[in-house]
Amino acid sequence: MSVLVNRDTRVICQGFTGQQGSFHSEQAIAYGTQMVGGVTPGKGGQTHLGLPVFNTVAEAVQATQASATMIYVPAAFAADAILEAEAAGIEVIVCITEGIPVLDMLRVRAVLEHSAAVLIGPNCPGIITPGECKIGIMPGQIHRPGKVGIVSRSGTLTYEAVHQTTETGLGQSTCIGIGGDPIQGLDFVACLELFEADAQTEAVILVGEIGGSAEEQAAEYIRESVSKPVVAYIAGVTAPPGKRMGHAGAIISGGTGTAEHKYAALEAAGVHTVRSPADMGRRLQEVLHG
Amino acid sequence: MNLHEYQAKEIFREFAIPTPEGVLISSREQLPAVVEQFAASGCVIKAQVHAGGRGKAGGVILAHNEREIEAAVEQLLGQRLKTRQTGEPGLPINFLLAEPLAAIAHEFYIGMLVDRQQRRVAVIASAAGGMSIEEVAAETPEQLHTETVHPVVGLQPFQARNLGFKIGLSGQQLRPFTALLLNLYRLFMDCDASLVEINPLVTTQAGELLALDAKINLDDNALYRHKALQTLRDPSQEDAREVEAQAWNLNYISLDGDIGCMVNGAGLAMATMDLIKLEGGRPANFLDVGGGTTPERVAAAFKLILSDTQVKAVLVNIFGGIVRCDLIAEGIIRAIQEVHVEVPVVVRLEGTRAEEGRALLADSGLAIEPAEGLADAARRVVRAAQEERV
Repeated sequence: MSVLVNRDTRVICQGFTGQQGSFHSEQAIAYGTQMVGGVTPGKGGQTHLGLPVFNTVAEAVQATQASATMIYVPAAFAADAILEAEAAGIEVIVCITEGIPVLDMLRVRAVLEHSAAVLIGPNCPGIITPGECKIGIMPGQIHRPGKVGIVSRSGTLTYEAVHQTTETGLGQSTCIGIGGDPIQGLDFVACLELFEADAQTEAVILVGEIGGSAEEQAAEYIRESVSKPVVAYIAGVTAPPGKRMGHAGAIISGGTGTAEHKYAALEAAGVHTVRSPADMGRRLQEVLHG
Repeated sequence: MNLHEYQAKEIFREFAIPTPEGVLISSREQLPAVVEQFAASGCVIKAQVHAGGRGKAGGVILAHNEREIEAAVEQLLGQRLKTRQTGEPGLPINFLLAEPLAAIAHEFYIGMLVDRQQRRVAVIASAAGGMSIEEVAAETPEQLHTETVHPVVGLQPFQARNLGFKIGLSGQQLRPFTALLLNLYRLFMDCDASLVEINPLVTTQAGELLALDAKINLDDNALYRHKALQTLRDPSQEDAREVEAQAWNLNYISLDGDIGCMVNGAGLAMATMDLIKLEGGRPANFLDVGGGTTPERVAAAFKLILSDTQVKAVLVNIFGGIVRCDLIAEGIIRAIQEVHVEVPVVVRLEGTRAEEGRALLADSGLAIEPAEGLADAARRVVRAAQEERV
């Protein structure tokens, strides 16, 4: 098992022939992801990286039975790309693109509320089930198949968690980067629900950051519905209020969204928190093996 | 991106939201005209800076005659204003806005922002206008009334009426209030705003609605489709190093410590700051060099970090994903040679081709301290900064 994606997931790339789309499609193919084609409007009928190019997502789905897409189109066109994938019946939509206007995402979310499709991102590293399927920009080689589910708002911090769980030999079931934007697709709660139901996942690492209240909602959900151990780290204890720390979503405003508040909520829910990002793997090892 | 009050009010007028007829003052030469217009009736003179809390900080002055108008302009124009939001040394006051005094009957608060949890635009109204809305939220949250807007249909008149009744408007005032809120929502959507506030919105003794203050923050991600709004940026209100960083597409935030940080990824950059604090040091900045880390951008980042003379040591923390660490190492070496870095530099490289990267740094002959892992890197740079301070 694993969550959302595995060796049987048939994946297309939107923005396939662009620089980013090409590079990361090549990487995904090299990793063993079952890439079945790509979409670039106006380039339908061509072949790229040995795979067919389609004009529309609907055509791609019809021809390849793809169930997942990774989106690398520029920010100005990304909301449209997500909606096109949803309309074509794609089940797992992974949007890597950074810098999408927040009001565009509000409209996208309103559509997704009435859809079976799952959106990961935007502004995220993507999702990987080690050894089976990599959809995104994460470096494949640092992962090992294993038992830890990882969910994170930050790209490179996800890699830290992966690196540490690989070093300790625990490995990962699936790693999901939910992204650093204020309005996103899958949130912590949805990922925790998936990990809780997944037999391969024995524990979860949650990597949060300042801004919003996603970690507090996660804490509430963990207290009520998660039986597996959870280790959490929150980035941004030293971040000053009112300053956007890179991610559009990472900002402390009006006294809400502080790391301390998030830590307190998680600790009250029985989560094993660490104050140093270097301690995520070690702490999980202690929790699992005493 | 933040706008000045006078810019926000110009946009308000485009959207038929009533504002006072003000005069923008950018030079003392305008004084005679301002005096002539306002000496008899009096006016309020407001410093135009990108910060809240102007009133308490002395940036808003009531002037009732020629002498007071001259004194207010003299006191504010060309000076700096320090409010609870600015820190030292405050923001430069390059413009003043002079407006006629309003005969205020009641003051209200109106706000619109993106509610992340609800994934909707929220419209907030309160009868406790003219005060810090954070204080109202903390002390009397029952005075805040909220309607959330479905993005497909937009703000509906019934929602505006709901808010109007809750803040105690009379039947007569509801129609203009509803029109005002619908216009404000249209402004929010058309400009890709992230926050719009009127504090206070007043009813005058004549019964009319008037936006005495105006605040608009814009979504940076959407600025590409608003050419006219882009021209409203005022770099004088921003940190000079942060402006320079934008030119290099670097995410940089000044802080008040003495350990410079260069990290790839926003989350890891925050985590690195936290680790430095945890080890007893103080970060001088947040800096995310992002994914496409070329030698030129690494050099630009070093220059930025070192332009802060407080910096006693630098920590470079890179988790190379798709980016190769040996290329990063080459960038670091070139940057240190070009920029003449004289403070200790601790480098932690992890990920793709990290071994090769570390070997390059070791063979460079430069005084670069290699670190093994996150915690070790933080400990080393904190120690290096301590030694420099002595």
